[in-house]
Amino acid sequence: MNPALQGLITIIIGVGGCVGYFYGANLFLDKVLFKAEGPNAGRNINRANQIRPWLFLMPALLALGLYLAYPVFATLRLSFLERLPGNEYAFVGFDNYTQMFAEPKFMEALRNNVLWLVVVPAAATGFGLLAAQLTDRLSWGNIAKSIVFMPMAISFVGAAVIFKLIYEARPEDVAQIGILNHLYLTFGGDAPVQWLQVPFWNNFFLMAVLIWIQTGFAMVILSAALRGIPEETVEAAIIDGANPFQIFFKIKIPQIMSTIVVVWTTITIATLKVFDIVFAMTNGQWETQVLANYMYDKLFRANDWGMGSASAMIIMLMVTPILVWNVHNARKEMK
Amino acid sequence: MDAMAGRKPAVVWALNISVVALVALWLFPTLGLFISSFRTGDQITASGWWSAMFPAEQTLQIRAADPDDNRVDLGNGRFMVEGNIFDGEAFEGELNAWGTSSRRLGEFEPGATADLGDGETLTLQVDGSYVWEGDDDQISGRAQRVFLDVVSPPDFTLQNYNFVLFDEANSQGMAKAFFNTLTVVIPATIIPILIAAFAAYALAWMDFPGRAILIAIIVGLLVVPLQLALIPLLSLHNAIGIGKGYLGVWLAHTGFGLPLAIYLLRNYMVGLPRDIIENAKVDGATDFQIFTKIILPLSFPALASFAIFQFLWTWNDLLVALVFLIDASGETTVMTKQIVELLGTRGGDWEILATSAFVSIAVPLAVFFAMQKYLVRGLLAGSVK
Repeated sequence: MNPALQGLITIIIGVGGCVGYFYGANLFLDKVLFKAEGPNAGRNINRANQIRPWLFLMPALLALGLYLAYPVFATLRLSFLERLPGNEYAFVGFDNYTQMFAEPKFMEALRNNVLWLVVVPAAATGFGLLAAQLTDRLSWGNIAKSIVFMPMAISFVGAAVIFKLIYEARPEDVAQIGILNHLYLTFGGDAPVQWLQVPFWNNFFLMAVLIWIQTGFAMVILSAALRGIPEETVEAAIIDGANPFQIFFKIKIPQIMSTIVVVWTTITIATLKVFDIVFAMTNGQWETQVLANYMYDKLFRANDWGMGSASAMIIMLMVTPILVWNVHNARKEMK
Repeated sequence: MDAMAGRKPAVVWALNISVVALVALWLFPTLGLFISSFRTGDQITASGWWSAMFPAEQTLQIRAADPDDNRVDLGNGRFMVEGNIFDGEAFEGELNAWGTSSRRLGEFEPGATADLGDGETLTLQVDGSYVWEGDDDQISGRAQRVFLDVVSPPDFTLQNYNFVLFDEANSQGMAKAFFNTLTVVIPATIIPILIAAFAAYALAWMDFPGRAILIAIIVGLLVVPLQLALIPLLSLHNAIGIGKGYLGVWLAHTGFGLPLAIYLLRNYMVGLPRDIIENAKVDGATDFQIFTKIILPLSFPALASFAIFQFLWTWNDLLVALVFLIDASGETTVMTKQIVELLGTRGGDWEILATSAFVSIAVPLAVFFAMQKYLVRGLLAGSVK
């Protein structure tokens, strides 16, 4: 069947099914199960209203449970198993983990991921804050913001192509078409450099892609937070003779600190999961491996589900503090 | 802040210049790709994209016509070859200067006559026509080489797009991948919205035990990396017979998108005025009616925000498609996967790469600029607590 037609049919079945479910289940509850008439009308209405929320929630809970909650436990289980020929599994305890930690490629991925976690959120938040502050009172600030925000719409793969063109190196005797090498040679470099093949520093050239994408996100949120600062606090500081830097660092930053933390953690999570950029640009060669790509290698190239799941659990472990903190905050807020 | 303190012109200048620099830094990478997609492969390798907007100076090395076939006998043992140096060259532009030796480029003005020694001469006009004259020995064998300093105007072409999108013979074209991506994206955007809207209403406006815990769980699920889901769900899909295909990828995207959808929509719905809902209840409206007649229309901005997020995320996704959709036949490949393939097989063909990449990012960019307002609103609702 033509996929476009199949897609159309799916939309109709999917959407129709959802609407049908919600409408039908609701009708069934009111008209069949607990009729709002007869001697028990009052009790029936109450009962129906107790069940209705679960009716509305059911599809979402099923999907969440199956696609997000169940995999956490299934992956945890798989990480303690070894796949044997013939679709059988053997329990191997922490073997997958110890084997993984003994692998230089894994330690490299772990080291690089930590590097990414230190650099990317800091740089993206910093640039975002700078962009938000600079464009705040500018007449063409909205256009500037739009452009800084634009990479948000670009896929990691698209961005990988964009930055590969920037880092492109051509032989010394022909024209350079990568702007980085062009600038490097113009400002006194000796020979064109394959930027993505310089160990250690190439990590930063990959990080630049994510920073370029995430800065707009940070800018939009921080810009709204800056707008939300009460004018009086800034005015009072000006009257007291504070200079613009003091106003920014001593008056504004402390007031938007909670937003900065939210932005920072959101970018941290995106950074932890980074896969496409490394997959498309270096595929972990030249010491640029990261956890998500290492995991993909183990799962789908080496077909080692045990170690692949173990490395996925390491990513989960690194996310957990943020998860706990977020849940804690959400609960505090609801009280 | 400075506005109130009275701005100094120098400060305003510094501010504007630094914002211009920042914007340039963020715009130029994409611009480079965009411009490259309108240049031929030869142009891309000949000069950087930043010089494409300006007339390009280059030195061409061309030989005069073959003397043994073309020479004209002038008598007295003199021979001549006449012709246009640009014949057979796809060239548009202007001749600035020329020379007859690679060590003395640009020695002569157009229209000048070069003395090649022993009575041999070459005259070259600005339009490329030349007269090459000499004796029998000189006007024979290999033709005279001419080095031309030319300036060609900026030159852009649509042939890359034609090749990438419409060329039937191009097995690595983007047309099929484009439609496959579309097929993934549309159901994967609509279905989670519907499911999430009902759930969000229940979590926002219905009272039941366990509501607070459910909300906390959803906040927690927001950050669960989808990497964990790959193997368990692929095994599950294989076990129940879905295997790799569109159905699997639609379900996966629905599941992965739900936490954000529910979270965003609930946050928005909770903020709707309580009076409207209570008045409707007093008037005898059921929850179902309140939801479809009041809440849904009022929540349009939040629905739009999430729709854009989910659209961008599914359109740009690589990992979920790799794992749940693309099988060995490659029939269901999506654009991101196609570009990664191209990076591997045609890493140096920048005209193909740039064009393919731009085809895939054009749609999200259009959506982005058209619906930026909703995107910003959604971000603010989803992040700032």
